[in-house]
Amino acid sequence: MWFDFPEQWVFGWEVIKFIDQVVDWVVINFDPFFSAINIGVLRGILVPLEKLLLWFPWWVVIIVVGLIGWRIVSAKFAGIAMGFLVLMTVLGLVDFAMMTLALTLTATLLCVAVGLPMGIVAAKSNRIDGLIRPILDGMQTMPSFVYLIPALMLFGLGKVPAVMATCIYAIPPIIRLTNLGIRQVDPSVVEAAQSFGATPWQLLLKVQVPLALPTILAGLNQTVMMALAMVVIASMIGASGLGVEVLKGIARLEVGRGFIAGISIVFMAIILDRMSQGFARRQPVRAAA
Amino acid sequence: MSEENVNILCQNLWKVFGPDPESVWELVNNGVTKQEILEQTGHVIAVKDVSFEVHENEIFVIMGLSGSGKSTLVRCINRLIEPTKGTILIEGIDLAQMNDEQLKELRRHKLSMVFQNFGLLPHRSVVDNVAFGLEVRGEKGKETEEKVAQAVEQVGLKGWEKSRIHELSGGMQQRVGLARALAVGSEILLMDEPFSALDPLIRRQMQDEFINLRATVKKTVVFITHDLLEALKLGDRVAIMKDGEIVQIGTPQEIVSQPADDYVSEFVKDVPRGQVILVESIMEQPPVLVGSEQNLETVIKGMRTKRVTAAFVIDGDGRLKGITTMEQAEVSLSNGLKKVGEAAQPEFSSTSPDTPLEQCLPLVADDDTPVAVLGDQQRLLGVITRSAIIRAMQSGNAPHDEN
Repeated sequence: MWFDFPEQWVFGWEVIKFIDQVVDWVVINFDPFFSAINIGVLRGILVPLEKLLLWFPWWVVIIVVGLIGWRIVSAKFAGIAMGFLVLMTVLGLVDFAMMTLALTLTATLLCVAVGLPMGIVAAKSNRIDGLIRPILDGMQTMPSFVYLIPALMLFGLGKVPAVMATCIYAIPPIIRLTNLGIRQVDPSVVEAAQSFGATPWQLLLKVQVPLALPTILAGLNQTVMMALAMVVIASMIGASGLGVEVLKGIARLEVGRGFIAGISIVFMAIILDRMSQGFARRQPVRAAA
Repeated sequence: MSEENVNILCQNLWKVFGPDPESVWELVNNGVTKQEILEQTGHVIAVKDVSFEVHENEIFVIMGLSGSGKSTLVRCINRLIEPTKGTILIEGIDLAQMNDEQLKELRRHKLSMVFQNFGLLPHRSVVDNVAFGLEVRGEKGKETEEKVAQAVEQVGLKGWEKSRIHELSGGMQQRVGLARALAVGSEILLMDEPFSALDPLIRRQMQDEFINLRATVKKTVVFITHDLLEALKLGDRVAIMKDGEIVQIGTPQEIVSQPADDYVSEFVKDVPRGQVILVESIMEQPPVLVGSEQNLETVIKGMRTKRVTAAFVIDGDGRLKGITTMEQAEVSLSNGLKKVGEAAQPEFSSTSPDTPLEQCLPLVADDDTPVAVLGDQQRLLGVITRSAIIRAMQSGNAPHDEN
C-alpha cells in the first residue's frame, strides 16, 4: 500500500487536457499569423524555387552540378555526381529530385535565417545559452515524425508544413555550431579588437563571424543533411518529391519503386554533403600561428 | 625624458577575481595573506594596492614572474579588465568614470596595445591587419593608406603588404601587431610581453629595433615582461611585481645597485652589472685638478704628496685641456716648461656619464690612468678609476658612493 504512489496525486490526465486546450487556443487565435507564414513561405520561396529547378532541362542540371562539383570539390567528384544524375534521369526521377531539392533548400534557408542569429545570441549570452541548450537537446532526441503533428495542426497539409517540420528538425546543428564556433574564436584576437575600440557589432562582423566560419559551415552541412532526411518523412504530410515515391513503395509493397527512390535520395545526400563540405573547406581562414 | 608630465597615474589599484570581490576587504584589513584568502574564500587577489606613475615619453617596464599580476594590471589600464578598487587617471581623466562611449573613444585614439600572442586576424593580409585600428574608427581612403604604409615601413615589413598572416614567421607577425598599434597614432602604447613568444635571437633583434624605433617615434610605453634583462635593457624606469604588489620602482641602475629587498636582490644577482650600471654612479673628483696656468713644479710636488700618477688640467671654463702623468710632467720640467698647461697632453681617454661601465673596460685595459668623464663642451665632470669600475661590476656589491 505505501509503496504505491497515491492515485489522487496523479495529475497526468489534467495536464494532458490542459496542453490540448492551450494548443487549441493557439491554433484558433493565431491562425492569421500561421496562415501568413504559410503563404509567405509558399509563394515567396518554395514555389518559385521549385518552378525554377523544374524548368531547367535535364542536361542543364547535370552540367551545372558537374561544374559546381568541379569548382568546389574536385574533378573526380564532379564525374561521380554527374554519373549519379544521369542514373536518376534514366530512372525518371529527376523531377522528383528537383522537388525534394526545392524543399530541402527552402528549409535550409529558413534554418539559417533563424538559426544563425540565434547561435550568435547564444554565443554572446551565457544565460540564453543555458536556456536554449535543453530545448535543443530535446529537439534532437525527439523522433523526427513527432514534428509532423504540430506542423499539421498549425499549417495544414502540404509542402509548407513539411518545410516547417523539417526546419524544426534540422535547426539544432546550425545553432549549436554557430554558438560553438563563435565561443571558440581565439580570445586574444577578440581582446585585440576590443582594445582598439571595436563596438560589439564590429567585433561580431569583422572578427568573430569570419573566424568562426569553418565551424558555422560545418553546422550548415549538418543542417542540410538533416533537412534532406526529414523531407522524406515529411512526404507523409503532403510534401512532393522522392519521399512520396518511397512512401508509395512502402504502402503498395512495391519494393522496386521504393528502392530506386531511396537510392536517388542517397545520391542526393552524397552530392549535397560533399558540396557543402567542399564549400566549407575552401574558406581561407586558417588557425593563427 | 621631457618635462615630466604624468600620462598615466595609478593609485591604490586592486583587482580581485571571484564571485564576490567585495567580500575580501575585511580579510585583507586583518592582514590575511593572498594565499590564505584564496584557500578560505576562493578569491584571487591579482593586483594588490598598486600605485605608480608613467611619465610622458618614457618606457615604463613592469616586470614580474607568472602570476605576479602584471598582465592583469596592464589590462586595467584600458579596462579590458575592470578594476575592483582604486583609481587610474589617463592624462588626468578618471578611467572608472568613463561611460562606454568615452571608453571607446579612448581606446580608439589614445591607447593601443600589442599582445603576446599577436592577436592578428588570420584571414586578412598584412595591410588589412595594420589598418584594423583605423578601420574601426571609420577611416578609409588615401590618407589612411598612407598611414598604413608608413607603419608597415617603420617596422621593417615593406614588400610584405599583401601577404597573408599565416605565411609570416612569429617575429614578422609581431611586427604586424606593432605596426597596427603604431598606425593608430596613439600617445600611449601598452605592450603585453610582446617579445616573449619569439625565439631568443629574434627577441634580441626585436628589442634592438624597438630601441631604434624609439628614437623616431615618441610615445609613452607601458611594457610588460617576465625577463629582467629585457626590462633593464629597454626600460627608462622599471617596476618589479610579486604576488600582485609592486616591490620596487626605479631606474635600471637603481634596481641593480640598490635592490629593495631579498626578492629583488636574488633576481638581480645574475644581471651583468656592467651593462646596467652607468659611469655617473662611480664618478669621483680627480685627486689632482689644476688650472692650466698653474706652476708645473708645484703641480709635480702636489702629485708626489698625494701619490697620484696623473694630473687633470682644465681651462677657465672647466673644460679639460689635457692630462699629464708624473713622467710627462718631469720630462717637461727638465725641458724648461713652466706652466702645467704646456705639459698637458691633449690626447686622453674619456667617456660620458651615461655610458654603461662595460663599455669603459677597453679604456682601462692597458692603462690604469683615471678616465675623464666629460659633459657638454668637454667640461670635466669627474673621473673614474679602473679599480672603481672593477669593484662596481662585481656581483653583490653596491657601487662605491663617495662624495
